[in-house]
Amino acid sequence: MKQLSVIFKRELGSYFATPLAYVFIVIFLVLSGVFTFYLGGFFERNQADLSPFFNFHPWLYLFLVPAIAMRLWAEERKSGSIELLMTLPITRFEAVTGKFLAAWVFAGIALLLTFPMIIAVNYLGQPDNGAIFTGYLGSWLMAGGFLAIGSCMSALAKNQVIAFILAVVVSFLFIVSGFPLVLDAFSAWAPQLVLDAIASLSFLTRFEAISKGVIDLRDLLYFVTLIAAWLAATAVVVDLKKAD
Amino acid sequence: MIEITNLTKRFAQHTAVDNLSFRVERGEVLGFLGPNGAGKSTTMKMLTGFLAPTSGSASVLGFDIQKQTLKAQQQIGYLPEGAPCYGDMTVRGFLEFIAEIRGFRGAEKREKVISAAAKVELGAVLEQSIETLSKGFKRRVGLAQAILHDPQVLILDEPTDGLDPNQKHQVRELIQGLAKDKIVIISTHILEEVSAVCTRAVIIAGGKLVADGTPFELESRSRYHQAVTLVGADALDEAALAALPGVAGVERNEREHSLTVLAQPGAVIFSAVNELIRERGWSIKELDVERGRLDEVFRTLTRGAAQ
Repeated sequence: MKQLSVIFKRELGSYFATPLAYVFIVIFLVLSGVFTFYLGGFFERNQADLSPFFNFHPWLYLFLVPAIAMRLWAEERKSGSIELLMTLPITRFEAVTGKFLAAWVFAGIALLLTFPMIIAVNYLGQPDNGAIFTGYLGSWLMAGGFLAIGSCMSALAKNQVIAFILAVVVSFLFIVSGFPLVLDAFSAWAPQLVLDAIASLSFLTRFEAISKGVIDLRDLLYFVTLIAAWLAATAVVVDLKKAD
Repeated sequence: MIEITNLTKRFAQHTAVDNLSFRVERGEVLGFLGPNGAGKSTTMKMLTGFLAPTSGSASVLGFDIQKQTLKAQQQIGYLPEGAPCYGDMTVRGFLEFIAEIRGFRGAEKREKVISAAAKVELGAVLEQSIETLSKGFKRRVGLAQAILHDPQVLILDEPTDGLDPNQKHQVRELIQGLAKDKIVIISTHILEEVSAVCTRAVIIAGGKLVADGTPFELESRSRYHQAVTLVGADALDEAALAALPGVAGVERNEREHSLTVLAQPGAVIFSAVNELIRERGWSIKELDVERGRLDEVFRTLTRGAAQ
């Protein structure tokens, strides 16, 4: 377990060693601002809450989070450093989890830097700060879900661009799985039980519930399980693909 | 002690390592030889726990690499082929990362980093990022991370590949300095390296072991073992040389009036040749007894196995 923190530290440091981190943070902050104020109509709504801000997060993450995740394993495989990493005395769990946590904390830092939103909304009215807190929590959990998917796709592809595209596609499926777009494909032949199961996989419904201030243990558990499952898949894929 | 037992690795298309078995004892520097694609790197990858063997087993100081992977890996310092590193880190940052993974903290960590860097003369570039370094320096960074925790077992995949002659010499000296009471395995296809640093050489071809012995033993398998090369001022009598007892044949060299007299296996012909020179009163400019040519042995062995 001691090694997990070493991997985590190196990985987080490597985000900030290149301009990537700063570029990402700036793009994230600018886009979330644009979405909130222009598309979300923050002022026009005349309500002191951050739902126009949070509503766009799933779509923002769809493209931005795979960009953080794509290098996690693809880069190691491309440069061959994966051979060094996997012959050091660390377990696969430590390597996979350490890398994931670094990416997750990085996403958390970017998210926290949107704090001027909280100040603005508190200046303009009396918002429900509890709901804002759960909104941030839900958003971060959702980012973790996207990241775990991205981590697995990054292990699957040696090329970072392919890893990015795969991650966007799979993440998209998880966003829209509650929409008629997906459900219609199943509704003709699948039993209601399957439909419910597919609909319950949707990031959107889970995230909406949390961001409205309702913390249901099932929703938390959903994201935690999703992350764990994709990380387990990452470990398996890393093992299968590391020598290719 | 390293023990490799019936190690086999099959990929979809071909068998890279085929039922390989050998042992390496403490204090040995093993040269692991073979043409490209012979299975050297694959064997090392299995020995370090990176690849799982299809069948067979390998153990390092008594730890099975499959079942006690972490314990085995703690004993090993490994330089993978091409010395991959994290290019965006500084040399110091990278070595400190390795030191922390190896369980060193605080002052001990800094001291390990400094001493490993000093051993491979990296002191001047500690604060530079690795991707800006030349190939020779990158290789040395790879060596530094392998020796940092003073491992009992050192596995180096082509440690001198791409280095200039001075750097090669340096790396060989380093390996010799480290080798006492340790196990060192070096893969290479540079044969002079084997004579220079190894106490034992294993040659593989097509994934199979084709020879195992000291460099001297391998050299003595050469048809040039105990051969005598003469360079005369005038023409030499080939027939008389060929008729000497123990002579297997005479070869003409490119140089004028230069002959190589081959000995039969086990025979020593130098004195007989010397005797003949005195009898005939030839004036000889150069006279040489060969230990054998490793590259010739290598070619014969690996080509035979490939067919």
